[in-house]
Amino acid sequence: MQFQCDTTSRTPIYRQLIEQVRSAVARGRLQPGERLPSVRQLSRELVVNPNTIARAYTELEREGTLITQPGRGVFVAEPRNDLTKRGRQRQLEERLEKLVVEAFHLGFTAEELLALINKRIEQFAFASPTKSEANS
Amino acid sequence: MTDVIRTHGLTKYYGAKRVVDSLNLRVERGQVYGFLGRNGAGKSTTIKMLMGMVQPDCGSIELLGEDVATMNPATRARIAYIAEGHPLYNWMTIDEAVRFTRAFYPLWNGTLVEQILDHFELSRKQKLRRLSNGQRAQVSLALAVAPEPELLVLDDPTLGLDTVVRRDFLESLIQIIHREGRTIFFSSHMLGDVERVADRIGIMVDGVLRVDCPTDHFRESVKKLVLEFTGPVPEGFSCQGLVNCWTVGSRLELVLVGYDDQQRAAVEALEPRNIEVVDLNLEEAFIEYTRGRRRSLPLFAEEPRDDQSASDQGAA
Repeated sequence: MQFQCDTTSRTPIYRQLIEQVRSAVARGRLQPGERLPSVRQLSRELVVNPNTIARAYTELEREGTLITQPGRGVFVAEPRNDLTKRGRQRQLEERLEKLVVEAFHLGFTAEELLALINKRIEQFAFASPTKSEANS
Repeated sequence: MTDVIRTHGLTKYYGAKRVVDSLNLRVERGQVYGFLGRNGAGKSTTIKMLMGMVQPDCGSIELLGEDVATMNPATRARIAYIAEGHPLYNWMTIDEAVRFTRAFYPLWNGTLVEQILDHFELSRKQKLRRLSNGQRAQVSLALAVAPEPELLVLDDPTLGLDTVVRRDFLESLIQIIHREGRTIFFSSHMLGDVERVADRIGIMVDGVLRVDCPTDHFRESVKKLVLEFTGPVPEGFSCQGLVNCWTVGSRLELVLVGYDDQQRAAVEALEPRNIEVVDLNLEEAFIEYTRGRRRSLPLFAEEPRDDQSASDQGAA
């Protein structure tokens, strides 16, 4: 996967990297078990201080998206959930609330909003319904 | 001893003007420190004092734990310096410059010089006076890193370089950073470059070090607030950490440092119709910060570091 960094952006570089990794995992472009470039490699490639890369990796590791295997490298972690299904749902509903409020004030109808969501969902690597039942 | 650069009350006058004012600077081993400020803020004078080329009027400097005023040549050989504009002896060829410089250092990594010259496709036979600005920068970088310096000081190294050469130069700098324990102290006006390579930044304003903190910490601390009002825009707003404020039509725009609940309360007390908090990139944050009302510029250098630095700064 190709990473990018943009110093004119108002998002700090380490944050940009975190968002790129999270998005790539969600879209299935990075698979669990897949190996990421080392801190040194990516630092050289992006021409960015290695500490900035390390900061992004550490953050992603802390939230469980990546896992470091000492001596082997950095990998995409298997999906795991520390929160209960209810906790996760509450988090999601909070975000959803904001989205719906925003859509309302921008003048969208409920049908339009749903259509947009459905269209966007196609780009992501969601688990199939049966599998997701089994996982939870 | 983890401090590679340490100054105590460093002060310099040019005539009656205090160009560097009681500077207490600390740079730790392994850090990449971006030294920023507008033209005439005292950056180059500070760097020249660090290098022993300008005599301070007051205060002292330690590099690698040794006083600069009485530094012995062996310690000096562990420090490299690239001056502004990459001055070189123009009548020499690259090869002559390499052999000349080499004579001053006990340690010399000839392979590294080869690699850098090769990488930039520079021939040893070329005369220095025939080189472009970019090539001069590449040669001086090769000469500076060959002695495997523990501390590399660069005064605006990418000044006058085109975008491509600048990126090449940064790449080389990143390679140097990868060598463990190297400390780099550089001044620059290219904030995008600084954001890429610097762990920590210092900002000089009128000879005074006003900011000294991790790069991200600075940009996250400076916020722009846009307040919208239905009625007349209130005048004379003031609160702690206010750097700048101006009125645009029915809006009041504020630049604040260290935005917190206290400031939020002060802003909300104006009862605006809407408050928008805008994040800034490093360049925007730098511009807003340094063009502010100079006297009321807040200091926010301090956030805890590993050791006794906080108490130390308090005493200073």
